[in-house]
Amino acid sequence: MTAKHHLELTQVGIDFPTPKGPFTALTDVNLKIQKGEFISLIGHSGCGKSTVLNIIAGLHKATKGGVILDGHEVNEPGPERAVVFQNHSLLPWLTAYKNVELAVRQTSKGRSKAEMRDWVEHNLELVHMSHAVDKLPAEISGGMKQRVGIARALAMEPKVLLMDEPFGALDALTRAHLQDSIMEIHADLGNTVVMITHDVDEAVLLSDRIVMMTNGPSATIGEILDIELQRPRDRLALADNPQYNHYRHEVLTFLYEKQRKVESVAEHRKKAQGKTKANDASVA
Amino acid sequence: MSRAQTASLISMPVKSLNISSASTLLRNAMLPLLGILIFLSLWAVLAKNIDTSLGSFPGPSEVFTQAQVLIEEHGAQREKANAFYERQEQRNAARIAQDPSYNPTIRAFTGAPTFFDQIWTSLYTVTVGFLIASVIAVPLGIICGLSKASYAAINPLIQLLKPVSPLAWLPLVTMVVSAVYVSDDPMFSKSFITSAVTVSLCCLWPTLINTAVGVSSIDSDLLNVSKVLRLGPFSHVMKIVMPSSIPMIFTGLRLSLGIGWMVLIAAEMLAQNPGLGKFVWDEFQNGSSESLARIMVAVLTIGLIGFALDRLMLLLQKQVSWDKGAVLR
Repeated sequence: MTAKHHLELTQVGIDFPTPKGPFTALTDVNLKIQKGEFISLIGHSGCGKSTVLNIIAGLHKATKGGVILDGHEVNEPGPERAVVFQNHSLLPWLTAYKNVELAVRQTSKGRSKAEMRDWVEHNLELVHMSHAVDKLPAEISGGMKQRVGIARALAMEPKVLLMDEPFGALDALTRAHLQDSIMEIHADLGNTVVMITHDVDEAVLLSDRIVMMTNGPSATIGEILDIELQRPRDRLALADNPQYNHYRHEVLTFLYEKQRKVESVAEHRKKAQGKTKANDASVA
Repeated sequence: MSRAQTASLISMPVKSLNISSASTLLRNAMLPLLGILIFLSLWAVLAKNIDTSLGSFPGPSEVFTQAQVLIEEHGAQREKANAFYERQEQRNAARIAQDPSYNPTIRAFTGAPTFFDQIWTSLYTVTVGFLIASVIAVPLGIICGLSKASYAAINPLIQLLKPVSPLAWLPLVTMVVSAVYVSDDPMFSKSFITSAVTVSLCCLWPTLINTAVGVSSIDSDLLNVSKVLRLGPFSHVMKIVMPSSIPMIFTGLRLSLGIGWMVLIAAEMLAQNPGLGKFVWDEFQNGSSESLARIMVAVLTIGLIGFALDRLMLLLQKQVSWDKGAVLR
């Protein structure tokens, strides 16, 4: 780990208080991320992916262990760890421009007014939203809202960009467009990115490493898969790439064999039949 | 498909458009008018059959006559007042002509306030009382909504004081005002302050509660945005909290103003403070054959003003609200 900027999670664990005593959601999460890396967190629902992201963001506080970014401990939220939320979370009373401007105002103390305006416009340009700067969130589509959300996060010039299922609420075509945009931006700016996803293809397409999480309670990192595909990546070309399909297979195997959450329908039926037979026997 | 069929298909949308615009006209104008007409005829019929010690209950026509009388009385009183001030001026001018060192005192006209003077007094009082309450309740509501601890501390008090009738407050407010507000040259009359404070006390609660609920139910994602941006407490309130709770704050304000208006009339009646309430009480005590009709004019006026105040708040809300698409009613 000689990179200048890096993010380090050491023995991170979190307990949530419940009426029945503390519930351990995460334990022993260890992860070292290099500057400019694109990391995906993947796992079944409820495995604590979002909790990991929220701990990095500072929105949750780890009960055990901690997060270090550039030699400083993370203990509160801040713009150097910008978050792109799942449901865009734009302020509905501000236009696209004003939403980004709010972030710019908070993060750029030294800039003049003109420089600020340029920076807001530049970031909206990056996500291809220059045509709708004066629209309210309610007036633009879900994909466009998410683009503005990404522009807002990028405008904070974060050391780490955190994305919580950024494309989860979008249709497949819009999602593909946004994935391409993200790849483009990541190639341009070289931000460190931590992204949560449910989508295996998305994870393989975008990531340098895929962090696969075991099921909760007491979830932790199961396996880490290095994706050594050439960049820039093209989704069409990759569709027939054996390497790409091998990675997909690896992730699917982890999710559906090693960390199976629900039993298959056939097995469920078998069990149910066994039960009714046993019941019949007891009645007889 | 025959040509006639095609033609009817083409003309259909036009026809249905006409029908729909006619039906909206019917709904918007005709139905309310019909409702009012039914009400007026029922009132006219029923009124004749109610005999009171002050004659039969006034029907719509008697009330209309009295409304005109009240307008005339107001005009007459104004003329009297103008004449009074004119005479006073002439007299003072004459005295100054005789003795240039004379310093004239200008006396106010002391005639009885007319119906319209009383309306004005009531409107002024309710506005001041409502503004005092809002200035206290909105910030307090925001604090309660932001911090669970302060909500827990204030909530029992709110629950205890909210159901108290204004008339229970009135004697206390009267005594406190006459003890505390002592001045040789009072800017406001004591009765005005008593009424305004009583209105305030009752206007506080709906605004306070609705603001607190509005603030505490802000989308947690937006709160996280604020945290990630490290907004300071002031910008957090101005940029996130206020805009998202505007609808609830206005719901509270409208409820408050409605309550304030009702409370004021009752307080004026009980305390004999100038205003529409006093007008009603005076007419009741007067007990002439026109009294009931005059009270009825006041009742309808109170209703109309209450309605107008609510519409005014709605207009204000539409101006302030960011969500222009929201249906406000």
